[in-house]
Amino acid sequence: MITINELMCKGCGYCIKFCPKHILEMGKERSQKGHFYPVNINKDACTACAICALMCPEAAIEVTDKEA
Amino acid sequence: MEKRFMKGCEAIAEAAVRGGCRFFAGYPITPQNEIPEYLSRRLPEVGGAFVQGESEVASINMVYGASATGTRALTSSSGPGISLKAEGISYLASAQLPAVIVNISRGGPGLGSIQPAQSDYLQATKALGHGGFRAMVFAPASLQEAVDLTYNAWEYAERDRGPVVILMDGCLGAIMEEVELPEMKELSYTNTEDWCLARVNGREESHMITPILPELALEMLNKFKGMTYKMWEMSDVKVEEYMLEDAEYVVVAYGIAARVAKEAINTLREQGYKVGMIRPITLYPFPKASLDNLDYSKVKGIIDIEMTIPAQMRDDIELQVKERCPVHEYGRSGGVLLDDEGVYEAIGQIVKGGA
Amino acid sequence: MATYKRPSALMPMSTGYCPGCLHALATRLVADVIEELNQQQNAINVISVGCSALNLYSWSGDDIGAAHGRAPAVATGIKRCLPERLVFTYQGDGDLAAIGLAEIMSAANRGENFTVIFANNQTYGMTGGQMAPTTLVGQKSTTTPFGRDPMTTGYPLKMCELISVLEAPVFVARYALNSPKGVMDAKKGIKKAFELQMAGKGFTFIELLTNCPTNWGMSPLDTLDYMTGNTIPYFKPGVYKDKEGDK
Repeated sequence: MITINELMCKGCGYCIKFCPKHILEMGKERSQKGHFYPVNINKDACTACAICALMCPEAAIEVTDKEA
Repeated sequence: MEKRFMKGCEAIAEAAVRGGCRFFAGYPITPQNEIPEYLSRRLPEVGGAFVQGESEVASINMVYGASATGTRALTSSSGPGISLKAEGISYLASAQLPAVIVNISRGGPGLGSIQPAQSDYLQATKALGHGGFRAMVFAPASLQEAVDLTYNAWEYAERDRGPVVILMDGCLGAIMEEVELPEMKELSYTNTEDWCLARVNGREESHMITPILPELALEMLNKFKGMTYKMWEMSDVKVEEYMLEDAEYVVVAYGIAARVAKEAINTLREQGYKVGMIRPITLYPFPKASLDNLDYSKVKGIIDIEMTIPAQMRDDIELQVKERCPVHEYGRSGGVLLDDEGVYEAIGQIVKGGA
Repeated sequence: MATYKRPSALMPMSTGYCPGCLHALATRLVADVIEELNQQQNAINVISVGCSALNLYSWSGDDIGAAHGRAPAVATGIKRCLPERLVFTYQGDGDLAAIGLAEIMSAANRGENFTVIFANNQTYGMTGGQMAPTTLVGQKSTTTPFGRDPMTTGYPLKMCELISVLEAPVFVARYALNSPKGVMDAKKGIKKAFELQMAGKGFTFIELLTNCPTNWGMSPLDTLDYMTGNTIPYFKPGVYKDKEGDK
């Protein structure tokens, strides 16, 4: 289960590129700061591998256990 | 009190250790090499650290790091090396870190000569680095005074959180005199716990030490520093006034030049000439009042004696004299020492000629 | 399954870095490792000049800003006075490999017991993209508008290779941050370096290949491919020296 902090996110797209399950895509809405940010299009497919968080320069992604 | 017969550079080094110095970094340059040599042996004895830096630039930055931990840190050099330290000294001022910088000065400009000269007055008092900061500049004229000023230098550096300079020429650095050494200071870090990186006295919150600030914060710091410099002028000026009461001619000289000039003044006094002396001990803050308050109905001339040509203190003197009497200058330069006869003749000519 | 939480060594706000800047990732990695080692209270970050100076605004632990290139000298002063603290410098390539070459080589040669984190993005990012000592041959910058010409500007400086020939350093390694594998390796490398320092072993040096989308004039994603095709073949990732591991 991942949570993207849209205020931290700058929309670089690294998480989208490296997600092995391809469940992220760039959203159509801008954050308050003016950046597009990724949205999770298939929450059930997330395995909480945390690669998105590993590649996020801004530490904008929090990963918790699926069950939680 | 312990008395010892010591060489100038070594006396300063020992006084620093007794004043709490526990870190030294420096780079070899004549005529101050006895300071690092002495401290390389002495600092480890008291649990301190000595580093021979790869350059003056690195050394002053090591001092910057050491000072950030709340450790009393020292560096020493001579003119060409102080120029290289200019960057680090400016950063010390900006990050508000205390440090003591000893300049055992020599002939300049450039590589100049390795012989003694007072060629760094302007650098020490007005141009230690970029950005428009000031540092207190102490100019001892004897080894005892050098010991006392060095011993207490960190009290000023920590009180005002900035660099303090001890400016002494190569002659005083090399001579030997008897000095009384003060007791080793007990350090408590009470002066540094609010800002240093060391977790002293159980502090848990973290600190940022920064030489860069947002515009308004920097302006506020500069305003505060400006007030601090004004405060120095009111409370921290040190000056020796010698035979001024009836003086018709007033010599202004510091450090080694003042020692030589005093001899000449004593001889002229014996001959009945009314000569006195103002000897700035703090070159910054400059003893403005001593010059401003002279009775110019009696004083016929001011004589600036310095071991450098052209005289560098003259601007500061003239600002206080305000054309109320002529200002003369005499000096030797390039590593040529002032001697008794030369100074006696130079002062005598003005005094006897009634110029 | 894994979990990830923003490390407490970072301020609770976004960094000053541009979108996709791997400087920010490098900073975050260091913060991650410090959290894993539970060194938040013990670490001192010696921050240099250039984009790395933005660390000052994202680092929540003890930190100090050093003059351009002088971080290893400042760290020397700190570590000699506080040997129990975890001290590291965070420097860019202009800072470390040009103006600070004397300081880095001398600190490494003295075997100072601190860690250097070296972010190599082959440009002076903060000043607008001038040629760095690490700019690749042919790579354009604002001061090599036709590409770096080795006839007049020499070749990109390989710091890991240089430092690994010195006797004193104990761990010298280079990692590329443009892939999850590279980032995971880098994290392990940083952790190893910090652990060696905490064991009092001596000088450790971690070079992280990063990017500069803004001054390279590319999208963040394109910079990752550029690194694969150009940066990594020249600056080869790997462990260049592992004194303790060799034993």
